[in-house]
Amino acid sequence: MGRYILRRVLLALPLLLGVSFILYVLMRLAPGGPEAVYGQNPHVRAEDLARIREQMGLNDPIIVAYAKWLWAFLRGNMGFSLFTGRPVVAMLGDHVPNTFLLMGASLLFSVSMGVLFGVISAVRQYSWFDYGVTTFAFFGYSMPTFWFGIVLMMVLAANDYSFALGGYHYETGHWLPAAGMFGASFDGNLIDWLRSPTWVGTCDLGAHLVMPVLVLSIVSIASWSRYARSSMLEVIRADYVRMARAKGLSEFRVIARHALRNAMIPIVTLVALALPALFAGATITEQIFAWPGVGRLFIDSLGKSDYPVVMAIMFISAILVILGNILADILYGLLDPRIRFE
Amino acid sequence: MTGLFEQRVETDADIAPPKGYWTGVWRRFCKHRLAMAGLVVLLLLAFACWLGPVVIPFQFDDLDLDHTRALFSWQHPLGTDELGQDTLVRLLYAGRVSMTVGVAAATVGVLVGALVGALAGYYGRTLDGFLMRLADMMLSVPVLMLIMVLSTFLKDRAFPGGQIGIIVFILGLTGWMTVSRLVRAEFLSLREQEFIDAARACGLNDAQIILRHLIPNALAPIFVAATLGVADAIMMESALSFLGFGIQPPVPTWGNMLTNAQQYMIDTPWLAIYPGVLIFLTTVSVNYVGDGLRDALDPKLKR
Repeated sequence: MGRYILRRVLLALPLLLGVSFILYVLMRLAPGGPEAVYGQNPHVRAEDLARIREQMGLNDPIIVAYAKWLWAFLRGNMGFSLFTGRPVVAMLGDHVPNTFLLMGASLLFSVSMGVLFGVISAVRQYSWFDYGVTTFAFFGYSMPTFWFGIVLMMVLAANDYSFALGGYHYETGHWLPAAGMFGASFDGNLIDWLRSPTWVGTCDLGAHLVMPVLVLSIVSIASWSRYARSSMLEVIRADYVRMARAKGLSEFRVIARHALRNAMIPIVTLVALALPALFAGATITEQIFAWPGVGRLFIDSLGKSDYPVVMAIMFISAILVILGNILADILYGLLDPRIRFE
Repeated sequence: MTGLFEQRVETDADIAPPKGYWTGVWRRFCKHRLAMAGLVVLLLLAFACWLGPVVIPFQFDDLDLDHTRALFSWQHPLGTDELGQDTLVRLLYAGRVSMTVGVAAATVGVLVGALVGALAGYYGRTLDGFLMRLADMMLSVPVLMLIMVLSTFLKDRAFPGGQIGIIVFILGLTGWMTVSRLVRAEFLSLREQEFIDAARACGLNDAQIILRHLIPNALAPIFVAATLGVADAIMMESALSFLGFGIQPPVPTWGNMLTNAQQYMIDTPWLAIYPGVLIFLTTVSVNYVGDGLRDALDPKLKR
């Protein structure tokens, strides 16, 4: 088992090197080059730009420049933002917890609801519930998330529902806050809130979380319920489930204690594969709801030609995806006793 | 001559002529009602999108600054947007753009993917390893981010096909991986069959074997992947245009019609609803067609 893990990690290294080299070359091909942000300043002359290029090491052969960048990156120095001058690590540190909260909440919600729907759907196959869930899954899969976010915002947050009834004028609406993470109730960021949570701040955070999590989950619940349903359908037909029923166990026991565990094996590996999205998976949603996370940082930095930040985010995402794949393989081997490692 | 106890001989008139493979596929597809509905919806949409802007008296960028953000008028049945451009014409023209991008990007992706998969599956060993590593590398990078970066780099360059060509190129470049895996799997199993040995014995070279014998037998998963790829491409293009990285206004696409609608959604919510409904409708229809195609092409499916 240990040798299998070692072999997988060793095989992943050339993959990581290849990905990082491709990303580095891609960033070097940027129009205007990584020093473009200095070129936006009208006081910077052409010879200053040339000098900046030399200082940044951009005139070295590309392999040398790549090696220097990689070596610094692996030691934790991800460079400095060209726009704010702060170290990239600090900027990421500001934004990663926010994305983590959003994506974590969404993952938790969508996996639990999706698995619940899928399992019930499989146990009651061909019923109205099953038909409803599969249709919902199909529609959810085809739903453009950005549009659903805007519609939710319109219905729940940006609306004045005012009406007159019996001579009185009622006003309601604006049930949820439309954007951002905290609003006016809490002055600080997520880490401050974690250190000293206030009741008002917590409620406000929750209210701000509802819509983005709903938007993110709608598509995910669709696919999780499909996976859970097909996995459960396979398991229910198995002999050991029939044996459990023959022993006289209640249907609930049979499903919950015998069938469910085996049906969850592929789900757990899929969750491992979905973990990399915790870092940078919510680009569109963060843009719509003005959530200060890594996705928004990426879009803003790309717009400002702030390439160190862009590269760091892409590279860390790639590392996490590769690690997630390895983790999924290991988990599958650990959980399924039928799998033997050579 | 038939007696009471003799077998009645079947003549040719009694045997139905053998139907072809594709006729069978079409018949199975027609039995799938949702897929047929999806196909009808798509055809109607395509008809409206290509005919509509020709018939309607406005161009998609004709400004009518006296009547901005109207809900309904006989001149503008679906209203106008914030610059006074007619929404109906923009929606239909955007349909042209989005559907063209979807089909073209899926085609490019399928062609590249089929080529890579064919080479990897046929030659095996080092070429296979190298190509599949390349696919793994492209799959490791988050796709949306990669597309945004590429689109920023290529934005103002001259490219054959203009903006649309750039988007099709980028989407095709990042969408070939699944098709290549499918084609490779098919080739690995087909390669060992006897008709390939027969073809080699006839003296056909590698290219002829791949093109004339292997690829036609591997078409089923390619078609399904292509159809689902169209839905994917339409979604991706809409998302990119919404974020500002895709097709730029004034050329309308369903995605970029939503970008500005977010600001005005309190007063004029319909501007945000129409394009989204169309994206949703198109994607659902294409997905249903793809589902129906997958069921129709799989002869082992128990109905």
